[in-house]
Amino acid sequence: MKTTKTTIVLAALFGLVGGMTTNALAAQQDPSVQADINAFQNYFKNKFQHLSLNDFSKGPYAMSEDKRLQFDAIMEFPPFEDLVDKGEELWKTPFRNGKTYSSCFSGSDKTLRTAYPKWNSAKGKVETLEQAIVNCRVKNGEKKIGTGKGKLAWMSAYLTGIATGEVINVIVPKGNAKALAAYEQGKKEFYAKRGQLNLSCANCHVDNPGQRIRGNTLSPALGQITHFPVWRGKWAKKKGDGFGTIQRRYGGCNKQVRAKPRKRQKAAYNNLEYFHTAMSNGMEISGTEYRE
Amino acid sequence: MIIKSIKGKGFSAFLLSAMVSLAIFSAPAIAGKKDDKALKKATKTCQKLYPSMTQGCGLSFSRRHGNCLGCHQIQKGAQPGNVGPPLIAMKARFPSRAVLREQIWDATVKNPNSLMPPFGRHQALSESQIDKITDFIHTL
Repeated sequence: MKTTKTTIVLAALFGLVGGMTTNALAAQQDPSVQADINAFQNYFKNKFQHLSLNDFSKGPYAMSEDKRLQFDAIMEFPPFEDLVDKGEELWKTPFRNGKTYSSCFSGSDKTLRTAYPKWNSAKGKVETLEQAIVNCRVKNGEKKIGTGKGKLAWMSAYLTGIATGEVINVIVPKGNAKALAAYEQGKKEFYAKRGQLNLSCANCHVDNPGQRIRGNTLSPALGQITHFPVWRGKWAKKKGDGFGTIQRRYGGCNKQVRAKPRKRQKAAYNNLEYFHTAMSNGMEISGTEYRE
Repeated sequence: MIIKSIKGKGFSAFLLSAMVSLAIFSAPAIAGKKDDKALKKATKTCQKLYPSMTQGCGLSFSRRHGNCLGCHQIQKGAQPGNVGPPLIAMKARFPSRAVLREQIWDATVKNPNSLMPPFGRHQALSESQIDKITDFIHTL
């Protein structure tokens, strides 16, 4: 009890000094969420005993040596570096009022990625890093921009790149019923069957990672978010520059099971991203990567 | 066949957009330009592989219809997935054609967590398409 009291007092003090972010950092993980994380990660560790925790971030490429060689070959000369550089430039260019994106966030740019999605207690909802960037623009008198691809994805990719090696730490604050409800909703979205093909996220990415759907190897859900936004060959071929955020990917998955994609940056996907990212807590951000 | 009778440009465009935008449960059995194309391609392949079962094989192989190869190995079928069991010795495994049809129509009856899409219950395929696929699969 004593330690809990001290933590609360400390959290309150930091809260006064450092604002919301410090307060969130001091917040403790809800024990039921931590139990979920442990069970989730142990399931994958048992299923693939030869893989280390961080190996799971390589998705389908962690499942076969042949695929891994292809991946390594592409990553030797990443086809997306120019766009990440553009993202950096955009991130560092001040708004017309002279302020920068960084001014909206406390703490180092380098670790921004690791704490998102984050519970925003003032708004009473989950906030993704992409949404926080858009909010920052609006707060500084700039226009909203799309959250699926393009400029926002490049900036987000830049933030993922500089966070390489930093450890994911998404928190569902202990004793916060609203935050826990959002997390539980995300969990439900993950495990519920949807669409004409009647498939849940978990059906493929928990029950069958490493197996193939036609020629495509299914990735494990653990570590799926360590490298987003990704540059996909498929997206580059279709239209656009190849970059997409995790929520763009959710939309693609939903379409593939013939379900109606949810709206990006609304509760359903934000809560899903909250759950999905928390499950990879403790893993390192692996930087922006190529995917098929 | 439904698919072939709907050829009006406006109507098939409407159908496509309806398939994307409507809640999927109310979507009609597959019919659209992309679906026609996928079926034609698969049927052409099947003319060589299974000449006596072209229609059933075509519907089974088409990526936008049965897409059985998505998860199951089928003799002569290219690039099969391996999430489901290989479709071999089907008459031994399903002596009754009716039971096999029920499995294709809705596999979640026997196993609620089955990955297999309930093709009949969710109207992903029409009843006659399911019949043709059942006939073909039963010969494997």
